[in-house]
Amino acid sequence: MPSLAGLFFWMNSKTENIKKLVISKPLKLDCGKTINNFPLAYETYGKLNENKDNAVLVFHALTGDQFVTGTNPITNKEGWWVTAVGPGKAIDTNKYFVICANVIGGCMGSLGPRDINPETKQPYGLDFPVITIKDMVRAQETLLEYLGIKKLLCATGGSMGGMQLLQFCATFPDKTFSAIPIACSSSHSAQNIALNELARQAIMADPVWDKGKYFLKNVQPKNGLAVARMVGHISYLSEKGMQEKFGRKLQEKADYEFSFNADFQVESYLRHQGYAFVERFDANSVLYISRAMDYFDLSKQFKGGLVEAFKTQKTKFLIISFSSDWLYTTKENKDIVIALNSSGADVSFSEIITDKGHDSFLLNVPEFLKTLKSFIDSMHDKFKNEKRI
Amino acid sequence: MKKEFKVITELIPNNTRVLDVGCGDGSLMNLLEKEKNIEVRGLELNQDNVQQCIHKGLPVIQGNAETELHQFPDQSFDYVVLSQTLQAFYNPEKVLKELLRIGKSVIISIPNFGYWKVRTKLLFFGKMPVTKTLPNTWYNTPNLHMCTIKDLFNFCDEKNINIKKVVGVNEDHTSLIKRSNLEIKNLFSKLGIFLIG
Repeated sequence: MPSLAGLFFWMNSKTENIKKLVISKPLKLDCGKTINNFPLAYETYGKLNENKDNAVLVFHALTGDQFVTGTNPITNKEGWWVTAVGPGKAIDTNKYFVICANVIGGCMGSLGPRDINPETKQPYGLDFPVITIKDMVRAQETLLEYLGIKKLLCATGGSMGGMQLLQFCATFPDKTFSAIPIACSSSHSAQNIALNELARQAIMADPVWDKGKYFLKNVQPKNGLAVARMVGHISYLSEKGMQEKFGRKLQEKADYEFSFNADFQVESYLRHQGYAFVERFDANSVLYISRAMDYFDLSKQFKGGLVEAFKTQKTKFLIISFSSDWLYTTKENKDIVIALNSSGADVSFSEIITDKGHDSFLLNVPEFLKTLKSFIDSMHDKFKNEKRI
Repeated sequence: MKKEFKVITELIPNNTRVLDVGCGDGSLMNLLEKEKNIEVRGLELNQDNVQQCIHKGLPVIQGNAETELHQFPDQSFDYVVLSQTLQAFYNPEKVLKELLRIGKSVIISIPNFGYWKVRTKLLFFGKMPVTKTLPNTWYNTPNLHMCTIKDLFNFCDEKNINIKKVVGVNEDHTSLIKRSNLEIKNLFSKLGIFLIG
């Protein structure tokens, strides 16, 4: 077994090609603790033009990272939003400068529970402070400062990315010209908290997890983490989509095996997704990030609720929901529209009809990608004009 | 009908806030924004139309006017426009009430069932009229509550809704409609445009 120092050397060497900004400015977290001199890992695509009117900030979801498109240098797999971002894509990197940062609490180079706690000289584990969506967003705002971007053309994100975006707009009302929150909510619902709790319980029930101290033995609670991911995957699909994709089809066999092996294709799919996830994600990060999502309630932060949160908005919004998404339903998305309307903000809304569930925003759903492209391109024209004036 | 949008544009002062209910592909919103620097918002059911509005950079909310007007706060717009769709609602009275709640003023246009060609078709041929402004047949028309300019006039009176102006449109010709000339205008206007509230 490698020594502890050896383990973290390995981690560092694995992530040494990652762009990192070390933020020295202390960040007082919502929980009361302060972090400083912490790394924020990020990636950019395309070029920032001279007028600085083409910057697009992408916020990633629970299990995402900063590698939006192209090849993820750590996993050697495609970036998570390659369907929407890239040369000639809806968010065209030939035209736009796309920025994405790994959230704090994550495990792709930004400060997270597997980093060394300066006080104990050991990895944080559960000593890592509980973070919130607002903490994540405030850390990322520092990155914009560093990149010299006063105002973004657009900011976007789906799922937890959309939640970060709503927080970003409420906390920094004049930092982006336009915003596209996708398939998200202004406060996590009971159902979503319950599903997150299921994922956390799966991790914590794995004896390897060992109260978050698994890193001392250089292991990962694989079984628990895989089950957590399976829960997620079920919630990202729709009943109809799942039935169409898998039905009762058997996995490379003619009949039942009369065992508990993966007889059905859907079982095999879940197992594959679960164990593939273990290779690229840290169990404690899932605990911390999912907790941040559960604590998210934008209306709670403002006296007078959600309407008050958007009171000073100049940002032009486009809210997008998917008809078969039961995790972040059209109704929840519409509640955001109603609040924005009530505060007099400039808001558009579109519900994309699809069977692909919550996952739709990551998939090739032409109607969605067309809407995304139309909006960003038209906003770019408006932003250029505004800057000229 | 382009003339209709021209009349509506003339009815609305510069630099106001307008909600276009059933805004279609955004043609009217575009006109209002460009010519009068009006802050526009649209509500539209059809996905393709929503797409077109977004493409033009016009703010549009996808939704059904019959059931989703409640999302707009009281008196939050200077004008609410409803172009040729009042007759297509299940409950036009309820919708109209909502429009008056949201807008300080409301502009409604209706295809006039009292137009002489419509009347003669029904009178002489005994068939439901099919015309340029009413192109559908009885079994596939979205128009559930056809009315005439006179009907809407009387309706406003009954409900104590203040009528500020009524314009009759026949092709390129427009004329003011008042109580005094209502009978004749109701016969010769294809379209009625009401400014109420």
